[in-house]
Amino acid sequence: MDSTNLEPSLYTVKAVFILDNDGNRLLSKYYDPEFYPSMKEQKNFESNVFSKTHKADNEIAFLEGMTIVYKSSIDLFFYVVGSAQENELMLMSVLNCLFDSLTHILRKNVERRCLLDNMEGVFLVVDEIIDGGVILESDPQQVLQKVNYRADENPLTEQSVTQVLQSAKEQIKWSILK
Amino acid sequence: MIKKFDKKDEESGSGSNPFQHLEKSAVLQEARIFNETPINPRRCLHILTKIIYLLNQGEHFGTTEATEAFFAMTRLFQSNDQTLRRMCYLTIKEMANISEDVIIVTSSLTKDMTGKEDVYRGPAIRALCRITDTTMLQAIERYMKQAIVDKVPSVSSSALVSSLHMVKMSYDVVKRWVNEAQEAASSDNIMVQYHALGLLYHLRKNDRLAVTKMLNKFTKSGLKSPFAYCMLIRIASKLLDETEGGHDSPLFDFIESCLRNKNEMVVYEAASAIVHMPNCTARELAPAVSVLQLFCSSPKAALRYAAVRTLNKVAMKHPSAVTACNLDLENLITDSNRSIATLAITTLLKTGSESSVDRLMKQISSFVSEISDEFKVVVVQAISALCQKYPRKHSVMMNFLSNMLRDDGGFEYKRAIVDCIISIIEENPESKETGLAHLCEFIEDCEHTVLATKILHLLGKEGPRTPQPSKYIRFIFNRVVLESEAVRAAAVSALAKFGAQNDDLLPSVLVLMQRCMMDSDDEVRDRATFYMNVLQQKQKALNAAYIFNGLSVSIPGLEKSLHQYTLEPSEKPFDMKSVPLATTPITEQKTEIAPVATSKLPEKLAPSRQDIYQEQLASIPEFQGLGPLFKSSEPVQLTEAETEYVVRCIKHTFTRHIVFQFDCTNTLNDQLLQKVIVQMEPSEAYEVIHYIPAPSLPYSQPGSSYTLVRLPDDDPTAVSCTFSCTMKYLVRDCDPNTGEPDDDGYDDEYVLEDLEVTVADHIQKVLKPNFGAAWEEVGDEFEKEETFALASVRTLDEAVGNIISFLGMQPCERSDKVPENKNSHVLFLAGVFRGGHDVLVRARLALADGVTMQVTVRSSEESVVDVILASVG
Repeated sequence: MDSTNLEPSLYTVKAVFILDNDGNRLLSKYYDPEFYPSMKEQKNFESNVFSKTHKADNEIAFLEGMTIVYKSSIDLFFYVVGSAQENELMLMSVLNCLFDSLTHILRKNVERRCLLDNMEGVFLVVDEIIDGGVILESDPQQVLQKVNYRADENPLTEQSVTQVLQSAKEQIKWSILK
Repeated sequence: MIKKFDKKDEESGSGSNPFQHLEKSAVLQEARIFNETPINPRRCLHILTKIIYLLNQGEHFGTTEATEAFFAMTRLFQSNDQTLRRMCYLTIKEMANISEDVIIVTSSLTKDMTGKEDVYRGPAIRALCRITDTTMLQAIERYMKQAIVDKVPSVSSSALVSSLHMVKMSYDVVKRWVNEAQEAASSDNIMVQYHALGLLYHLRKNDRLAVTKMLNKFTKSGLKSPFAYCMLIRIASKLLDETEGGHDSPLFDFIESCLRNKNEMVVYEAASAIVHMPNCTARELAPAVSVLQLFCSSPKAALRYAAVRTLNKVAMKHPSAVTACNLDLENLITDSNRSIATLAITTLLKTGSESSVDRLMKQISSFVSEISDEFKVVVVQAISALCQKYPRKHSVMMNFLSNMLRDDGGFEYKRAIVDCIISIIEENPESKETGLAHLCEFIEDCEHTVLATKILHLLGKEGPRTPQPSKYIRFIFNRVVLESEAVRAAAVSALAKFGAQNDDLLPSVLVLMQRCMMDSDDEVRDRATFYMNVLQQKQKALNAAYIFNGLSVSIPGLEKSLHQYTLEPSEKPFDMKSVPLATTPITEQKTEIAPVATSKLPEKLAPSRQDIYQEQLASIPEFQGLGPLFKSSEPVQLTEAETEYVVRCIKHTFTRHIVFQFDCTNTLNDQLLQKVIVQMEPSEAYEVIHYIPAPSLPYSQPGSSYTLVRLPDDDPTAVSCTFSCTMKYLVRDCDPNTGEPDDDGYDDEYVLEDLEVTVADHIQKVLKPNFGAAWEEVGDEFEKEETFALASVRTLDEAVGNIISFLGMQPCERSDKVPENKNSHVLFLAGVFRGGHDVLVRARLALADGVTMQVTVRSSEESVVDVILASVG
């Protein structure tokens, strides 16, 4: 199967998912109806991928006949999956675009809590980068412009004191950790 | 003020998940606020996010509840909050398949898609196309065409990509948008260009001329998008592949020029395309290999991975082309990404010299436990290839493999190792003992029944012939004590083989058998009792027939025959000779080992080719009563390629008849052929009994016509015959477009090439695992011997090949492989002659000026011996 040339097609990405540091799914999209159609298969695949990738930050892996590019940030793992014959650099450009766009809308706090607090923005970013497996956009600037979403856009007056403190605490914590 | 999330969550710190304890019913309850006026965008947004999150987690929504939530959501279109609107689009897409009547949002989406807000337009198009079906598509066609050529890139891209998704559903409608797509392809925006190219190709891919034109246009004008370049390269290489054009075509030049593109993605795509081209010469590969070499030292892991994976591919066919990269690959063998390191090492193993093998093996064993099973299999395959290349290195390899065998690993991985060890044992007789010892150790603690039985079978076959057979008995008998039924049964069979082959072990084996006869499992007990009784007879012939060489019949055939026998009880005992023989599976030559073989398709147990033919022929009334099908030949072409009619013939041999099956294809689209028969004129005393015409042969639909021939009864030695064949038929001209034929036609005929029936058509290959035993079993009652000189043959290999293909018999004991630098060789052949008579041939070959051959034939039937000798002469 490996020797057969790829049928020229725009359908590049088989799946995208974001997992937390326990391997739980935070977001995942499967674009090929033939590729792990059931939820059970998807979760099995994700946990297999997670167990093989979370220890070493290696950027690329080959599992279950799929090329997987990945990236981690604090307690988050981002994965982009393509077929074995897919151009690895194309998958990489999708992953980079996803990561950079999210970095921006999460104001550099690419960690689990912040991501979950801005889940709608994350959904929109993924939707702007890939549509049904086709790479829709690979330039993070363009993505941000189209999504037009900023984290914490609620004005300060709306925030309770505890919330401000909480976010300040986190900012400091992560800046120390980095 | 309502906060985004519950207070409790916030206090529990950043580790908690605000979505963790979401209840579907509670969320749907909350969704009621969608109906409140005025709309609270923030709260609604949050609820939509929760719904999408739940769907994403795999929560199941019933149709009713989904529809209810969906309808409530439609109200949110009244709000002008941008993010809320965008989330509505997402919800529509997510729910398109689970909610009913999603098309009610069509008008809202159409409004957004044609409205002034550019931010809404692209996503609205994508959401709309998701819920649109073929009939509705007509209604929005006008908008789609406008959107494709819209000057806002996101709108144009969205329209193009959505069109591509809809090609599957409504090709005919989308086809009409080709001109708009063409216009979009010349857009300045790189993504629009890419999407337009993808859509254009998809619409035109069945029209090679149009694709060629499109390629020419874009390769000349040049593109901005690297993605589009990659797409163009793929199209070009596919076209090259299909046209089988030489590599001097402009398409190849284009791909090669992309090696100098400034974007790495394009360069890699071009290099990979060149590497994957069939029959690429070393000179054409060189530029691709040198860019890959550069990538090997890239700081990006993905690029290094891509490069080394592709180089690994090159190394399989052209190891010498990769030698130049050896130094770069050496640097990668310590790469922190173990996938890269593994690929680098396996590539080096293919390209490097024999002297570097030890070092590389040491390196790889340092981290083999860290890599995934997929790559471990790659390593094993590389070792397997290496053993064939450097047979002298087998001790290093064997050691390494046995270490790998001890490590943890999945079934695929273990199987690859076991297969590799077995192939080494078969290739190198001197490694047999160590290999068997490793395998014995492995089955002591093996959880895979399939592998354990396979190894036991191998021990039974090889063990008795080693200098010290007794040492294997312990391992085998341990299985009888410890394992599951299937393994125990296999162990009993293996034990029996030791007893049959080694007289001094027989008493001990009999004692062990006695114990096995108390087993709790029926199969194990049955086998033990059976072997016990056979062994006690101490007759070589019995041992050969029932212990060494099992049944050689086709299992589905046997099942069918037995079923038939029980349906029609008769006085006669069941005759094994009426069962069709198993066709020996042709052992696949693993010349190309995929770097990562991961075909995940479950292996289907396909009925053998012969069983299919048996079924087909049995359904033709004229052929009933011919008895079981004895042998079906490989198809023989009776026409040149690319003639008006293509005819090939398959010879089906029965006990007293031959059926010729002619598969005819009509390649003229303005003709319909009817009543097609192939008339045959035999040169010998063969008698044509019956013709069964193919009723009708429309353009390009194959059909079969049959001819039944009776073999001469009085002269059993008349085995070869030449038939001159003529195809006769009724032609009716027809309209090439509609296929509508004229009312009347005329008779015509077409001369085919002559068809030969040879001795090989009368003999079925049968593998005798233990040839010596079979030889004794048949006995020398009808043994005959003759000596021939094969003057025209120059090497032993050639002689062996000729004899095998001429007689159509199965070489046994791997005697078809002639060891290098030898002047003499003995070839053992086994087969069954038509009518069910075993035939064994021993050919001693000696190389002098030509090849001298002494043939000894044994069979249970005298005439068969004569036939073979007569035909060899």
